[in-house]
Amino acid sequence: MKRFFALLVARNKEFIRDRGSLAWSLLFPFLIVIGFSFAFSGRQQDIFKVAVEKQASIAPGSKNPLSDFLATQYIQFIDIQDLQPALDKLKRHQFDMVVSLSEWPRYWVNSSSPKGYLLEKILSGQQASSGVVREQVSGREIRYVDWLLAGLLGMNVMFGSLFGVGYVIVRYRKAGVLRRIKATPVTAFEFLAAQVTSRLMLMLVMSVIVLLGCHWLLDVQMVGSYADLFVALLIGALCMISLALVVAARISSEEFAGGVLNLLTWPMMLFSGVWFSLEGTNPVLQKIAQISPLTHLVDASRAIMTEGASLMDVSSHLLILVALSVVFMATSSWLFQWE
Amino acid sequence: MPSPHIQAVHLRKQYGKVLAVSDVSFSVERGQCFGLLGPNGAGKTTTIEMMEGVIAPDSGQVLFMNQPLTRSLQHKIGIQFQNTSLQDFLTVRECLGLFASLYAHHRSIDELICLCALEDFLDRDNRKLSGGQRQRLLLALALINDPELVFLDEPTTGLDPQARRNLWSLVGEIKSEGKSIILTTHYMEEAYVLCDQIAIMDKGSIIAQGEPKNLLREYFEGQYIEIPEEDLLGQPPSDFGFSYHKKNNNFEFHVPDVKTALSMFVQKDICLNRMTVRSASLEDLFLHLTGRELRE
Repeated sequence: MKRFFALLVARNKEFIRDRGSLAWSLLFPFLIVIGFSFAFSGRQQDIFKVAVEKQASIAPGSKNPLSDFLATQYIQFIDIQDLQPALDKLKRHQFDMVVSLSEWPRYWVNSSSPKGYLLEKILSGQQASSGVVREQVSGREIRYVDWLLAGLLGMNVMFGSLFGVGYVIVRYRKAGVLRRIKATPVTAFEFLAAQVTSRLMLMLVMSVIVLLGCHWLLDVQMVGSYADLFVALLIGALCMISLALVVAARISSEEFAGGVLNLLTWPMMLFSGVWFSLEGTNPVLQKIAQISPLTHLVDASRAIMTEGASLMDVSSHLLILVALSVVFMATSSWLFQWE
Repeated sequence: MPSPHIQAVHLRKQYGKVLAVSDVSFSVERGQCFGLLGPNGAGKTTTIEMMEGVIAPDSGQVLFMNQPLTRSLQHKIGIQFQNTSLQDFLTVRECLGLFASLYAHHRSIDELICLCALEDFLDRDNRKLSGGQRQRLLLALALINDPELVFLDEPTTGLDPQARRNLWSLVGEIKSEGKSIILTTHYMEEAYVLCDQIAIMDKGSIIAQGEPKNLLREYFEGQYIEIPEEDLLGQPPSDFGFSYHKKNNNFEFHVPDVKTALSMFVQKDICLNRMTVRSASLEDLFLHLTGRELRE
């Protein structure tokens, strides 16, 4: 334990004193978030989205008080089965209005949505609609930047873990640091555990700083619980670090390690739903994305941040991350060589 | 007869097609300084690393106090590697602290700082040390667990003459603490000054072994006299009846007795103003044994 802590402290000192990479790993996520929030700040969806629940109990041919409204152009009407998820989306401004065509037709609008207000005006301008009951929800809009932040946190964890552990161990091996430590009573497990712990601590601190910074700079929303988010990020970081240990198990060339790490990180960064939702993309791509640990990390933390999901709600993602971590850890301890 | 502290028994190591070490055996007594001597690529480092337990021999074994090597050996030995580095951004003091906490028992750090003369650069980043300072730090790290056996792999390579002499006196102090030392070097002078026993290696084998003085006595009698070529005033060097070889612009005569040789030179009336006389060195021994200069 004494050996573990000594190595842990040494690694932390090394990281904190390396001002260049410290500054970079702090600035990078901010720059991206700020850049994207500017790039997309003027974007307006030019179509109204209305969710429509049709109940089978309505007799065909009976008078539908909303039929004129449902024929309005430039409004996208989306059929839904369940009311509750649609109302959740309405709260987050992903739908502009929800209508239910039961025997007592109702509609919901979000009190803080300008589009909802306009839709309501269109609806009330039609005489047939006078008997429709109005209901109201409230909730802030989930902007692109709110949605993006979960992806960026995940991506930051991925880069920080893979390069921060994988590349550093390869550098240690090449420079002879590992050889020197091998000649002491330190075991491979103690050494690696110290590297992993050091990086986990740093990743969490970094994530807090990025989250606080984005909250302060861009008023980013957090719907779910911070504790849940950190559990998800911790499990994600553990998985990424384990993957890094597999990469660093034997390689002693920094160039080769850099190539392998880029080969792993770039596809994950592009196709794990960091920047855009994978819904509606090629089904093959969606299947492949399920292999990527980053997909699960981003999906879990995004559900927590933008939908208020609990750990139970995202447990399938977390279990996959834990399972991958176990596989990666076992592989790396089997492959690992000091030199 | 005392049992040896550590013993190499028929060690052999092959890397691909290159036979790095073939059948090397020797033993080191407790408190002795043993030198492995030879040119670059002779197999010194491979041999010493097999003894440290860092690399495994293809065949043969290493006995530490008559027992095969185990992992617990790490507590009893100290190693100064030839190519090694420490974690970046750590000061000298922090490096000492880090390595001290890797061992169950360690020596007083203040004592080590004093022994290895690290006082002047304790708070400097270990990457900003000069060659000599760095070697002294690495040596201090090798001594941190108060080992009974110390391995030094080319401790003075790349150092200037003054730093080299500082390190020699440091090794002398370690020796006086009763520790056994195994060192490798390609400086014959260093081996002569520091070692009680030496083994000269070439191409993976030991070609001569013994106390430095005895080895020289065994292979050489007499002295070397060096005279510049033009001072022979045109007389062919073979005329003097001594074995000789040409070294740069000088002739070096190997003479059994200086007095007889001098009277011979006087009789031939050559110029002796720039003559030098010296004893045989380990360099001469290596040349004698292999027909090659040590550093080519």
